[in-house]
Amino acid sequence: MEDILNAFVLLSNFVLIPALAYGSQLALGALGVTLVYGILRFSNFAHGEIMSFGAMSAILVMWGFQASGVSIAPLPTVLLALPFGILATIAMLLIVDRSVFRYYRKKRAAPVILLIASAGVMFFLNGLVRFIIGPDDQRVVDGERFIIRVREFKQMTGLDQGLALKTSQGISVLAAIVCVGLLFWFLNHTRSGKSMRAYSDNEDLALLSGVNPDRVVLYAWILAGSLAAIAGTLYGLDKSYKPFTFLQLLLPIFAAAIVGGIGSPIGATVGGFVIAFSEVTVTYAYKRFLAYMVPDSWAPEGLAQLLSTDYKFAVSFMILVIVLIVRPTGIFSGKTL
Amino acid sequence: MTALIGEKMTGGYGGADILHSCTVGVHTGEIAVIVGPNGAGKSTAMKAVFGMLPLREGKVVLDGKDITQMSPQDRVREGMAFVPQTKNVFTSMTVEENLEMGAFIRDDDIQETMEQVFTLFPILKEKRRQPAGELSGGQRQQVAVGRALMTKPKLLMLDEPTAGVSPIVMDELFDRIIEVARSGIAVLMVEQNAKQALNIADKGYVLVQGRNRYTDTGEALLANPDVRRAFLGG
Repeated sequence: MEDILNAFVLLSNFVLIPALAYGSQLALGALGVTLVYGILRFSNFAHGEIMSFGAMSAILVMWGFQASGVSIAPLPTVLLALPFGILATIAMLLIVDRSVFRYYRKKRAAPVILLIASAGVMFFLNGLVRFIIGPDDQRVVDGERFIIRVREFKQMTGLDQGLALKTSQGISVLAAIVCVGLLFWFLNHTRSGKSMRAYSDNEDLALLSGVNPDRVVLYAWILAGSLAAIAGTLYGLDKSYKPFTFLQLLLPIFAAAIVGGIGSPIGATVGGFVIAFSEVTVTYAYKRFLAYMVPDSWAPEGLAQLLSTDYKFAVSFMILVIVLIVRPTGIFSGKTL
Repeated sequence: MTALIGEKMTGGYGGADILHSCTVGVHTGEIAVIVGPNGAGKSTAMKAVFGMLPLREGKVVLDGKDITQMSPQDRVREGMAFVPQTKNVFTSMTVEENLEMGAFIRDDDIQETMEQVFTLFPILKEKRRQPAGELSGGQRQQVAVGRALMTKPKLLMLDEPTAGVSPIVMDELFDRIIEVARSGIAVLMVEQNAKQALNIADKGYVLVQGRNRYTDTGEALLANPDVRRAFLGG
């Protein structure tokens, strides 16, 4: 019995909790991609860099707070800086929209042209972020690092296996729940939210109904920018902040949005967790888990790891390919909000 | 009282004109039907009235006000409501949300209007929480008409409301359209089912190649042997 408990704790510590936290971050990122796709009708490749920009802005403000001794310990200071990061990201997005995307929108350019323009924005933002904050790793975490520590957990339960819950992980999951809840409330119960869904569903009819397209586009950028800044900051808080990682993060984020059904917010949320759990379960070494679960003589000699963690992005890529072949509309048959 | 008149409308989508001095109009509380063979410019005439087609000549007057230069969105505010032939509902939104979106430009209480729509189409009240995309063709048309009525329009324009629905549903829809007109709204519609449509029409326009060929009451057109032979299949 204790073995099974130990095995479960082990799995929670190394799979369940990290995947929940990572899934929350991916879900928040994928929601932004999906909203922009639903309203502006193109895949925004710059989204990873928008997250990066948001996290960078939050970090810059955080440094200011730290230098002047402002702190909300035990919570990380970056949370206090996050609202400023969100505002900076929204402002940046509105400038980018005005100077790049609006031109192609007015010309009624094909979605693929907007997509390529967004790739340009991606490279520009990537350069801008590295120019401002530099290419190095930045430590974001301060305050109380753990909600539950391994040693405390062991003392509390008397189990051999310890369980740690990092503050950043707890915050990630909580933030995802709050953001997704607020977003769905906004989309389903407010006039502006409904006008966004209507515009996404049937542009012509929405225009006939008197929906102002500029207003809807503005909402989309505000929501996408807020979600991106939150997702980027949480990712930085959970791992560490490094500008280059966001280029790689684009793949799992798009995979999440597409698996769920692009354009569907529920899909993006579910997709984020699907991708995170696949990535973590496939790259986890089950050796110790099996040692608890099976008789000693059966215990594997190898690591019992399906795929090295170096290949974790291959997992989202494979899922992406399979979904596009088998069910291109995704789990929730996307394309509309 | 004349609610709408599109007078001597001439224009096209750039290049050659599609409409040639075409006139359509309708009185408050009446039904006007535009019929004609394929490619006669029926839908184009409708679009011209609604401002989706640039006019080179002619004018559109709604309730005595010249609206020729207005955008479709502004015409909606002036009291025009348009039900397109296809893609005329928000498929992912519930019936109730569709009606709410219809009333998007209104700032006052829409509850009363929504009740009126539910009285007119009782099935919609039953299905108010269902996504419009899950409804049958006839029910969708009811949602589409209901959505358009939510602005309390002076003029309701329907582009082939019975396209793709069964004959029974068609009769039912026509009955509802008569009710709408009797409630004091001018109804202008384009129809493929010319005979049935002219049956309920106070006024009929037979268009051929973008021109008015016959204009008369629905009854008179149905009785006209030339019209019967050429357009109504004998």
